[in-house]
Amino acid sequence: MTPHVILRTHNLSKKYKDRWAVRNLSLEVHRGDIFGFLGPNGAGKSTTIRMILSLIRPTEGRVELFGYDLKSHRSKALSSVGGIVEKPDFYSYLSAVRNLDLIGSLNGGVEKKRILEVLDVVGLSGRGGDKVKTFSHGMKQRLGIAQALLSDPELVVLDEPTSGLDPQGMKEVRQLILHLAKEQKKTVFLSSHLLNEIELVANRMAIINKGELVVQGEVKALLDEGGRYVVVEGEPKAKIKAVLKKNKKLLEGFTERDGSFDVKMDFDDVPMLNNALVKAGVRVTALVPRRSLEDFFLSITENQGKV
Amino acid sequence: MSLIPEFFRLLRVEMVKTFLKKRTYLGFLIILLIVPLVEIALKIEGGRFLRMAMRGIAQDFILLGNVFNGWFVSLQIMNSLWIQIPILISFVAGDQLAGEATGGTYRLLLIRPVSRTKIFLAKYLTTVLYVVLFVTFLGVLSVGLALLLLGSGDMIVLQQGILVLPESDVAWRFVMAYILAAWSMTTVASIGFLFSSFVENAIGPIVGTMGVIIVLTIITVIPVETFSGIREYLFTYHMASWQKMFADPVPWGDIRSSVLNLAGYIIATLTAAWIIFVRKDVLS
Repeated sequence: MTPHVILRTHNLSKKYKDRWAVRNLSLEVHRGDIFGFLGPNGAGKSTTIRMILSLIRPTEGRVELFGYDLKSHRSKALSSVGGIVEKPDFYSYLSAVRNLDLIGSLNGGVEKKRILEVLDVVGLSGRGGDKVKTFSHGMKQRLGIAQALLSDPELVVLDEPTSGLDPQGMKEVRQLILHLAKEQKKTVFLSSHLLNEIELVANRMAIINKGELVVQGEVKALLDEGGRYVVVEGEPKAKIKAVLKKNKKLLEGFTERDGSFDVKMDFDDVPMLNNALVKAGVRVTALVPRRSLEDFFLSITENQGKV
Repeated sequence: MSLIPEFFRLLRVEMVKTFLKKRTYLGFLIILLIVPLVEIALKIEGGRFLRMAMRGIAQDFILLGNVFNGWFVSLQIMNSLWIQIPILISFVAGDQLAGEATGGTYRLLLIRPVSRTKIFLAKYLTTVLYVVLFVTFLGVLSVGLALLLLGSGDMIVLQQGILVLPESDVAWRFVMAYILAAWSMTTVASIGFLFSSFVENAIGPIVGTMGVIIVLTIITVIPVETFSGIREYLFTYHMASWQKMFADPVPWGDIRSSVLNLAGYIIATLTAAWIIFVRKDVLS
């Protein structure tokens, strides 16, 4: 294994009866990455994470963590991994501190000081003595992140950590993830069904759909790969067409579709195009920057809804 | 890294989880209510209970001294509670694994760098400790309180006749009887553990364990020839082996055979539960 690859899956597959939940999935997570693992609901993200964290046995393929095969060297492979899988559940009749103390014992034991530290990191320092059953979903989510950080792992696996949170909570978790990567030098494996969320925090990502890998690479490169374009909507359409034809140097080309125009161009030039349209007397109703990967992800998400 | 060996840390984790849970004490609470209630009622009733129990044979005996005493009442309590105790035991044993599935905490527990086998053993040992504490509590409470309320004396045993055990010969029999009872309840706990390993809610193991006990008890006691060949292999046949401690002489050979039979059940159910647990896909 290349030294900087700390998580690798080799043709990882999981079959339930006649259905493949995950099929031939090969991922590579590098040290220092915030790796976005993106896919619509039911794509196989959680099944993959469960296999990575040894909750589920793969039907085929294998997982390597820090160079250790998960099946044959489970303890060594998981010794530098912390994680949260789906919704955060705890022993609700125990306090947050007691929960973390027990979890710490499973990781070799942690000092009280460390428990208080991680509670502080996730903003729960004043609630450590309270029973978890009194916590809101957002607080449990943060406690989930705290337990994932407890043993100071190098790799933190977070399965939809913003799920069920309000916008402010989502923002706080995103900031926390960035803090973990930048300040604490953690590698973060982050699953989400929101491209926007991955784009905001991740440097590398993989998209999974129907259990299979669609694409994997640098976030920026993947988002730029299929090109960028701007959707232009307004009236009258003849004037829009005229402006687009007149500005051929600025624009890389355009197509008319369903009463709007897809204009291939640099996003930095959008204000200039808007100005030209307004000057020509166009009543602009929309100028929407779009990327083909975003469209693609949107299409698989929409198609899933139609099933 | 902690200096405490890994397994003891796991054991501590399981004990904290079990003994800080309120439902763990439900059985203790029930015993704490029932035993004093029955013993006080018997004290109020006086010897009427003994006369009823000895109806038909009383005219053949002249009973002198305090025969309606603490030892006699303790034995009656032990006899009558032995149906309910397995329910209370399976309540905790059945929750050990299935409770983690129900609560979603398998996802916390099984992603740690410790083997599932060690977690399984820590959970089982915690269950055994619970059984031992529970049976000890029952024994100390029922015998202690009965002796306090009704005093000591020679003990009358009404089984297939009447046997009078001298006062000096009774205490050790109770200690041994409770040790055997704990062994029987460990078997029940192991069956509960097995059910607990493959279901996702804690009610299933309780119902499953009681179902098995009821069906096998019926097969054990029903006088049908068809079952005569298998009867002595059923654990329910051996569960009340503690009663043999009040025979004279004590049939040690029968007791040894019962202990080994129950050991066989414990090993078989634990092995099956272990295989299921270590191979389990956690989907909850």
